[in-house]
Amino acid sequence: MRIDPRKCVACGNCVAVCPMGAIAIDPVSHRAVVDADECVECYSCYRGMSREHLPPAVVRAIRGIARLARFRFDPEPDVCPTGAFTETELSWPRTLRRAFSDPVVPHESTGLAGRGTEEVKTNDVTGRVRRGEAGFTVEFGRPGIGARFRDIDRVTRALAAAGARFEQANPVTSLMSDPAAGRIREDILGEKVLSAIVELKTPMASVPEILRALRAVAGGVETVICLGVSARCDAGGDTELAEVLRAEGFAFWRGKTNLGLGRPLWGDAA
Amino acid sequence: MTNTLHRYGSPESLRDDYVVFAMSTRANAEGCVPRLRAFLEIAQKHGPVNLGTGKQGGFHRPSPHLTPLVHWRRDGGLTAAEVIAGVDAPTVVCAVFEELDRVRAFLAELRERDLGLSVNVSGLTDEARRAAAAAGLVRHSVEFSLGFCLGQTDRMPDRRTLELATMCGHGMISFGLVDKLVLLVKEGRRTPAEASRCLARFCSCGVFNLARAERLLEAARAGR
Ligand code: SF4
Ligand code: SF4
Repeated sequence: MRIDPRKCVACGNCVAVCPMGAIAIDPVSHRAVVDADECVECYSCYRGMSREHLPPAVVRAIRGIARLARFRFDPEPDVCPTGAFTETELSWPRTLRRAFSDPVVPHESTGLAGRGTEEVKTNDVTGRVRRGEAGFTVEFGRPGIGARFRDIDRVTRALAAAGARFEQANPVTSLMSDPAAGRIREDILGEKVLSAIVELKTPMASVPEILRALRAVAGGVETVICLGVSARCDAGGDTELAEVLRAEGFAFWRGKTNLGLGRPLWGDAA
Repeated sequence: MTNTLHRYGSPESLRDDYVVFAMSTRANAEGCVPRLRAFLEIAQKHGPVNLGTGKQGGFHRPSPHLTPLVHWRRDGGLTAAEVIAGVDAPTVVCAVFEELDRVRAFLAELRERDLGLSVNVSGLTDEARRAAAAAGLVRHSVEFSLGFCLGQTDRMPDRRTLELATMCGHGMISFGLVDKLVLLVKEGRRTPAEASRCLARFCSCGVFNLARAERLLEAARAGR
């Protein structure tokens, strides 16, 4: 992402808007600038901020007078008054940043859409997680911190060593040079993304082992990790997963409940 | 795609936050657009606080064509009919509710209409299960959120900031913007409703709960 210095009037609105804290007003040029290494190309500034198209020279003059008189103008916090944000052409491996960070673009660089798969959301039709299995979503970097593939690689290698099988139709898996070992390709390890979701499936009996492997490796990563664990319920809507997770010391109360209304129902639903 | 699994808050904080969403998958995507629209039309009858579609957003969206008048008169948002008309391809559609009674009634009508889409309730799992049972449904599958529990959790901000920011599950709402709006509300320069709408404009799929945000911002204003 780039800010056009001819248009920017240094109002500072975008500084608070960037989820990565990558925008600051340069004290010398008096323009907002984007720190390219921290920017994850999420487009929250470009798309999320509304735009006026005021003439920059006029806005600068008014702002200058107001500053001299110590007036405090009260702008809308989500507006760029001059529409100064400018899209930049991205090339590999920077294209990955946008693919993992901007929710409205498909994963062109990986050939897959979305940050993850449909997980348990369409499990009534796909049968992805079956009875006796557990599905994991291990999300890195969100909220508000971001993650480098270097950290994700560290965790996926630990998970592979603990016996994890990664979901094939997942963008992170598609970037592994050796999925069996959980190794992510070397040329992208320094790239930063807003969030990346690793997905894997295990037998229910292996859930404690996966959780312990995650706990052991997570202390060394420079980001936050959030976990989701899913299961297919029995005819009464129950699952042993809740007990397994509690026994491992996790407290939880919210999640996604699939109501089984999708058609055609996956075979084992009868 | 929506992303609602990890919304931060205690059970008490999440008592008025239920996202009901529907989607097709490869096996049943053909001809799903009218069914996705029907989902939103049914939802709309039950009084959602937000209604949205995967890529286009909810009731409140940013505009690339504002005039200076915006500083005194801000757009009131889209109508439900406008949101529904925007569904023109397979996507995820969602409705956000602040009351469980409305969720129950909505689910009962969905069961009756049998649209064939996968429907999920994102929220407190026990309450969602009870609401489903009241509508004559047994949960098929469940995904529990264990939250932001591993790694450098000490880099996370305070509870209130997390509660508000994580209502966009794609991380489009920055901690900085939340902090700025909380301050504006405390200074009396914005109402909680105005600040809530401002945050909602950054959520690109319409899962932001405007009513819960308003309640949380009011609590912040009152120092609770
Ligand atoms: S919001 Fe626009 S004008 Fe204001 S500092 Fe940012 S880029 Fe510059
Ligand atoms: S694209 Fe995202 S990370 Fe980059 S400057 Fe804009 S808001 Fe910040």
